[in-house]
Amino acid sequence: MRITQGTFSFLPDLTDQQITKQIRYCLDKGWALNVEYTDDPHPRNTYWEMWGVPMFDLRDPAGVLYEVNQCRKAFPDTYIRLSAFDASPGWESIRLSIIVQRPKEEPGFTLERTEHEGRRIGYRTRAYSANKPVGERY
Amino acid sequence: MQPVADEGRPESVNLQAVFEQSGIAEVLDQLDRELVGLVPVKTRIKEIAALLLVDKLRKEMGLVSETPTLHMSFTGSPGTGKTTVALRMANILHRLGYIRSDHLVTVTRDDLVGQYIGHTAPKTKEVLKRAMGGVLFIDEAYYLYRPENERDYGQEAIEILLQVMENQRDDLVVILAGYANRMERFFSSNPGFRSRIAHHIDFPDYSADELFEIGQLIMGQQNYRFTPAAEQAFRDYIQQRMRQPHFANARSIRNALDRARFRQATRLFERRAEQLTAEDLMTIEADELRVSRVFEGGIASDRTREELA
Repeated sequence: MRITQGTFSFLPDLTDQQITKQIRYCLDKGWALNVEYTDDPHPRNTYWEMWGVPMFDLRDPAGVLYEVNQCRKAFPDTYIRLSAFDASPGWESIRLSIIVQRPKEEPGFTLERTEHEGRRIGYRTRAYSANKPVGERY
Repeated sequence: MQPVADEGRPESVNLQAVFEQSGIAEVLDQLDRELVGLVPVKTRIKEIAALLLVDKLRKEMGLVSETPTLHMSFTGSPGTGKTTVALRMANILHRLGYIRSDHLVTVTRDDLVGQYIGHTAPKTKEVLKRAMGGVLFIDEAYYLYRPENERDYGQEAIEILLQVMENQRDDLVVILAGYANRMERFFSSNPGFRSRIAHHIDFPDYSADELFEIGQLIMGQQNYRFTPAAEQAFRDYIQQRMRQPHFANARSIRNALDRARFRQATRLFERRAEQLTAEDLMTIEADELRVSRVFEGGIASDRTREELA
């Protein structure tokens, strides 16, 4: 099951050329870009691992794409996303986030029902891949 | 190689039109206007610009597809205009479409080489990323290589630099700068660099007349002028200064003029009770130059200030 989160996630995956254009847009706005990766696809998994520090003083997309490619090389089969931070309000807030790499196979989620007192039913989602330990999921 | 027939490609091109459209004439004119002397450098830059323009047309006609190597080395004494020319070069390359923006990142060894194991690679990469899309100007590049210390981290920076210079030619143009003889030694111990650099430009030292003209230009830009006597004093000053150690061409001239302005301000301040005209505020007198230590034959005490500037 294809994970959809962040910007343009319902479109087919962006090509490097399209990603470059998005980076250009962010840099023109003065946003800092950050590369993050994870192997836990759960939607509530907000804090992904950081690949290096956010890039604050770049002028050209090539530098960002370089880091994306370095991350892809190091983690060829995980999720990688690119986030853009806007510091203009006085704090860093995310303006844009694109998934730039996903594992070849995404097994998807199972929906589990948990029964509580009365006839109340709770639901939880669990990624099939999360059954394996971190680092061996994909 | 046969030209590839393609409907999108023009049959013929007008070099003049492309030249005018690129706007590099403007940059070259500016170079002529703002930089005194440096005739061989200007000629080389015009040649390079012509080559790049023709290469661009050849690319449009489908005759070549590869990006030419653009890395350069600027050699010459300090104060001969290497940084200024590098800025113009960035502008020319940008207008010709070889780089995406005309920004120039100036670095020295300290910005590239780390202080402990594992520090160099991220540091160098950080600088390279910052320079991508534009020009990376490495001042005094020969310091990167220190043969006397085999554990020096400079070598690591050199390797990363070479790799990026080779693989990401579309993203980055590197200009190395430094003294001619030390750069020569640097290149002979790092043959990889020499073969990756397409254009070597040598910056000659300025003649006394050129230095005088530069001084006039600097003063003119700041709305100062010499009295005739001061003009003569300035010429004498240049003659003396050129023969003394640590002479840094145009930079020495600029520093000398800064000091003259300083003395002029002191003189004016001493007669602050009088009414001053704009003329007074603009004029540099001969005395302001004559009191310089240079005329006493030594700059030992000037030297530290000169180097700090």
